[in-house]
Amino acid sequence: MELCDLSAQELVRLLRQKKTSAVEILQSTLERIGQVDGRPGALDQKTNEQDKEKIHSFITLTDQHALQQAAAVDADLAAGKDPGPLAGVPFTVKDIFCVKGTPSTAASRILANFKSPYTATAVERMQKAGAVMVGKVNLDEFTYGSSTESSAFQPSTRNPWDTHTVPGGSSGGSAASVAAGEVPLSLGTDTAGSIRQPAAFCGVVGVKPTYGRVSRYGLIAFASSLDCPGPVARTVHDAAAMLQVIAGADVHDSTAATIPVPDYLDRLEAGVKGMRIGLSPDYSRIVFPDPKTGEFQEQALPGEIEASVRHAAEVLAAMGAEIVEDVPMPNTRYGIPVYFVISRVEAASNLHRYDGVKYGLRTDQPYTDLRQMYKLSRNQGFGLQPKLRILMGMYVSAAQYSEQYYQRALRVRTMIRRDFETVFDPAGKYRLDALLTPTTPTTAFEMDAVYGDSVLMQYADQLTVPANHAGIPGLSLPGGLDTKELPIGIQLLGADYSEQKLFQIGRAYEMVTENEDWRKVKPKALR
Amino acid sequence: MSEQITPEIFDHLVDLASLELRADQAEYLRKQLNNQLKAIRELEAIPGDANLPISLHGVSYAVAESPAPREDEWHPYPDAKEILSQAPQLEDDYIVVPDIPHTTLK
Repeated sequence: MELCDLSAQELVRLLRQKKTSAVEILQSTLERIGQVDGRPGALDQKTNEQDKEKIHSFITLTDQHALQQAAAVDADLAAGKDPGPLAGVPFTVKDIFCVKGTPSTAASRILANFKSPYTATAVERMQKAGAVMVGKVNLDEFTYGSSTESSAFQPSTRNPWDTHTVPGGSSGGSAASVAAGEVPLSLGTDTAGSIRQPAAFCGVVGVKPTYGRVSRYGLIAFASSLDCPGPVARTVHDAAAMLQVIAGADVHDSTAATIPVPDYLDRLEAGVKGMRIGLSPDYSRIVFPDPKTGEFQEQALPGEIEASVRHAAEVLAAMGAEIVEDVPMPNTRYGIPVYFVISRVEAASNLHRYDGVKYGLRTDQPYTDLRQMYKLSRNQGFGLQPKLRILMGMYVSAAQYSEQYYQRALRVRTMIRRDFETVFDPAGKYRLDALLTPTTPTTAFEMDAVYGDSVLMQYADQLTVPANHAGIPGLSLPGGLDTKELPIGIQLLGADYSEQKLFQIGRAYEMVTENEDWRKVKPKALR
Repeated sequence: MSEQITPEIFDHLVDLASLELRADQAEYLRKQLNNQLKAIRELEAIPGDANLPISLHGVSYAVAESPAPREDEWHPYPDAKEILSQAPQLEDDYIVVPDIPHTTLK
């Protein structure tokens, strides 16, 4: 086992015991990247046969800067200073966060030449904690997707468990870089499931914190009422340690909550005795429209995914948790239609700023006036997915349709929120500490199998998006492998600011299942 | 099922969005928009309750949990040139744009 395969927790311990150095850890990381990653994503690059065997997590590798950071950590340690709780731990950053002096592309041609003049709060806090940023990783363009295939920077990221399948998205580069042992931690964002779904597909841990728990300052906006930065890690402990660092109030973000951040590690291994964990039939089926007829179909989830959730429930029950069956979550099925409206309205609004004037791409084609310059720049700079979101957002928020679509969606959002309030109410009928569900309706699908069908792709988030509408936290963790040896993700959802409890349950499950056979199987890229 | 977004509505949206599309892009995008609207129609089946409040955010913003509003404060940026250098066209620290079209209102 190489240094880069160790958890952040183990790396910090070895570093503090002076059994290794931050520079040695970084060298191991860079060596792994060299072995498995292949060429980074770039504009106007076509995927060749060789590319199909590699991971392609990165858009920008910041190895030289990382070396300086690692050397500074080693110097601090040698001088007897405390270099921070994540000292020397390499991490990647989804390229939707601004980092001063680095390209901050959002995986879009329109921002390909943009270098941010400032650093996002979450990244800054990681660096202040001693973590070493090794680069910016790939994503769906502006985070619009669930497979990372819509990136303008190709080859897009591939799944380390099988490079012919997608890593999920939009934080595909984050999840793949962690799963492939390139880094133990990555900073992602979750708007409809964009941390949890790729974490499930890549067999790692992903956390969508409560909305407002982590500052959005420096995050290039998609849907401002839904976007949540959060950790991707290989273990629950590491995810908790990372959230500990990035969470908390921020003067730069008026939506960042001022509620004190609890010690997430304090009760991490306190077990689940007496906790009430719910199972809902509304999370064991998906409902989606037939693209031709528009008729809605209901489909049960694959048996292997159901079995993983059931197994987790049994494991937690054996540890003293009370499993509450048949918890009704009747508005789960509306999560995607509501998302189609709300996220598009917010995305369209956020994308109007890209106009070829102050920064980003301005067309190289001839134009006669400002309006034509806007049109040519935006047409050249945006890929199909941003264009689709702009057009839908404008349609459903138009004055004559607003009541029919936008206002209605905001009301249904209330209904989704109330589902959760009812089951987490400590004085209510269910009094749940957490809801246990599958993270995704399927395991990782083949590259090119779904991309292009914007409706089917969106339904990949059906089990994750309700948490975004409600603002509540969610934790996805590995729950087994399917017959193709692709990871299955299980999800824990909790009340506002209950991350500590979710970590506690997740860690309990992790401890009890640590010797199960599926945990010994490595991603194909590492065999 | 008839298409809600006709070619005429679509062209109007494209113009409002300041986009200019190739024919193949327009065909794909219009088809996807109509497919998405089919999914959104599911919301119409939900019994309407005009008294149900809307949620702009999932988590409520209680005063005790939110930063207190403050006056806007002006701070000089230490390196204005760094920001200006991102502009596609500059002249003497002014951002240059092409002619602004004017329409005379009736």
